Amino acid sequence: MIYTVVVLVVLGVLLAGVLFVVAKRFHVEEDPRIDTVEGLLPGANCGACGYPGCRGLATALVTDYSEELYCPVGGASTMGVVAEFLGRAAVVREPEVAVVRCGGSCAVRPVLSHFDGARSCAVAASTYAGQTGCSFGCLGMGDCVSVCDFDAIYMDASTGLPVVSDEKCTSCGKCVKACPKVIIELRRKGPKGRRVFVSCVSRDKGAVTRKACQAGCIGCGKCVKVCEFDAIAMADNLAYIDPVKCRLCRKCVGECPTGAIVETNFPPKKVVAEV
Amino acid sequence: MKTFPRGGVHPPENKLSAGVPVEVLPVPGTVVVPLSQHLGAPAEAVVAKGDRVLVGQLLGKAAGFVSAPVHSPVSGTVAGVDMVANGSGIKGLSVTISVEGDEWMPQIDRTDRVGYDCQMSAEEIVKKIADAGIVGMGGATFPTSVKLTPPQGKKAEMLIINGVECEPFLTSDHRVMLEHTAEVLVGVGLLARALGVEKTFVGVENNKPDAIDVLRKVYGNILRELPPMEIVPLKVKYPQGGEKQLITAITGRTVPSGGLPIDVGCVVQNVGTAFAVYEAVMKNKPLVERVVTVTGAVERPANFLVRIGTPVSALLDAVGGLPEDCGKVIGGGPMMGRAMSNLDAPVTKGTSGILVLDRRTAVRCAESDCIKCGKCLTVCPMGLEPYLLAPLVQKQRWDEVETHRVMDCIECGCCSYTCPAKIPLLDWIRLGKAEVGKIIRSRLNR
Repeated sequence: MIYTVVVLVVLGVLLAGVLFVVAKRFHVEEDPRIDTVEGLLPGANCGACGYPGCRGLATALVTDYSEELYCPVGGASTMGVVAEFLGRAAVVREPEVAVVRCGGSCAVRPVLSHFDGARSCAVAASTYAGQTGCSFGCLGMGDCVSVCDFDAIYMDASTGLPVVSDEKCTSCGKCVKACPKVIIELRRKGPKGRRVFVSCVSRDKGAVTRKACQAGCIGCGKCVKVCEFDAIAMADNLAYIDPVKCRLCRKCVGECPTGAIVETNFPPKKVVAEV
Repeated sequence: MKTFPRGGVHPPENKLSAGVPVEVLPVPGTVVVPLSQHLGAPAEAVVAKGDRVLVGQLLGKAAGFVSAPVHSPVSGTVAGVDMVANGSGIKGLSVTISVEGDEWMPQIDRTDRVGYDCQMSAEEIVKKIADAGIVGMGGATFPTSVKLTPPQGKKAEMLIINGVECEPFLTSDHRVMLEHTAEVLVGVGLLARALGVEKTFVGVENNKPDAIDVLRKVYGNILRELPPMEIVPLKVKYPQGGEKQLITAITGRTVPSGGLPIDVGCVVQNVGTAFAVYEAVMKNKPLVERVVTVTGAVERPANFLVRIGTPVSALLDAVGGLPEDCGKVIGGGPMMGRAMSNLDAPVTKGTSGILVLDRRTAVRCAESDCIKCGKCLTVCPMGLEPYLLAPLVQKQRWDEVETHRVMDCIECGCCSYTCPAKIPLLDWIRLGKAEVGKIIRSRLNR
């Protein structure tokens, strides 16, 4: 009994000494501000900033502050608080939101074949072009939904397309990376959530697109002509609206023959009585 | 009797068309010839819209070392060089030709007389094979000339000819062995000469006794014309036709993980390839047609000699069309083939069969949870752990997927076939292979 106690006490003292020496010898001085900044960040560890987690960004903000460092989840308010704490000028960026650029719902895009492999867009995309005639559109198996940490996307059962909630989306960009068809784009949220964008990514020729889907961009160029702000560019049979140049006049929306240009969160148009 | 030691399954053989002689399918009105029918860089088109072409004329030249040229399978006018969807609906650059008559390039010998005399050197044979656009006809479509050119410092000791045809339903290689025995053996001789090997083995599973007999008999008759070779009967087991499995079965050697057959001194070629080599070298005929099995739930399972570029729908029409309760049309065999979503897709150099399944057979059962029974472990011929790889892929843990040797997977499908929980293991593993492949390539480029 006494030997046990003695051996353990001696061991304890020796090892405590080792730990003490190691702790002194390899001591790393860490800026205490990193902990504070980490506390100010949202703590979602989503990786949207490009760092593995919030602590990574906090370390970068404290040690190597630059305009490039930005937390899209916390947005301008969080970055303002962080900048104030660090005594720097706040970076202000337009809030962004994920938009789904495919309007090929079940109703407008006839299903030609049926995929019964593993339920994953990534698997489906590596195997074949899709269940419909469109080889660019949404595959509808919800890889974007399963990667979202914020419950901001769900699959609409009636259309078969993902729907993003403006309030919940933090523009972390995980769904953008998860989508094998690169349909989802991070786009400016716009004033009061008002946006105008082309909800199609098909680069097929007009006739091919039209045959596959009634709501696809056929590359007719009418929107380009009608736009007064030179905001719409046409490349590979596909129109793209520059969110910076777009003034939300919505002329293109009415002009689009297939309804591929989508407007969001605008108040309903006043009906002008015809005389 | 020899076979490979690890893993494997015994799916029902269903060789419905084994006794049906090869019929020549009439040339269709239009053919679509994809420029990428092989592994490696797609061929570069050398024809344009409006050009007149003859059978055997060059349509696309090889773009690099690992690539293969493409020749016109018909005579007619080029209607366009544009993007056309393949069986999976994925578009690739293809040459569309409207057929007029059937005029062949004058240098092609179209007689049936079997030629034995070949005075060419090894280099000349390899060049001839490369120029004829010959690729692995078993389905992998790796350019044959590349396999015949071992990398510096490596020497092929033996040639193994794959006459296994372990995929259920498919009988195209079987029929070629029966109907063109002498030609196949001469082709094997040419391959052996191109490689300069001493030993040659022809592996045939013993569910094809007629093929083994006729190969032995014909070999005995024309012994003097050929280098020494041995016909090896093999015990039936899937996937014996896998290159690495066949090498182990015949020689007892194991290809190291991440290695190639040449690392153990072997080169494996398919019997269909040997036949194509014979035609290219002795008859000057590029690869413009192949034998395709059309089988399954169709009225009249058959083997056809088909021009490359013929739409799959034409093959199905020739066997009485699709059945009413058709569930799936598969390009290739039931184990490794892919379900087709576009039946207007053309037959390519790698199309060994078209399989039609009825709805009852085609349906996939509902997936349930993995109970870690380990059946996938026991059947995997490469000694992988499919039950572990699939969830790792789902969680996108690519580093672990790589250390668990996903790149060794030969995509034989034994794991998915045997899984009692009906988990589509191979779907996930294939995705893992693609992603890890990308990561490895980017690491090499860096």
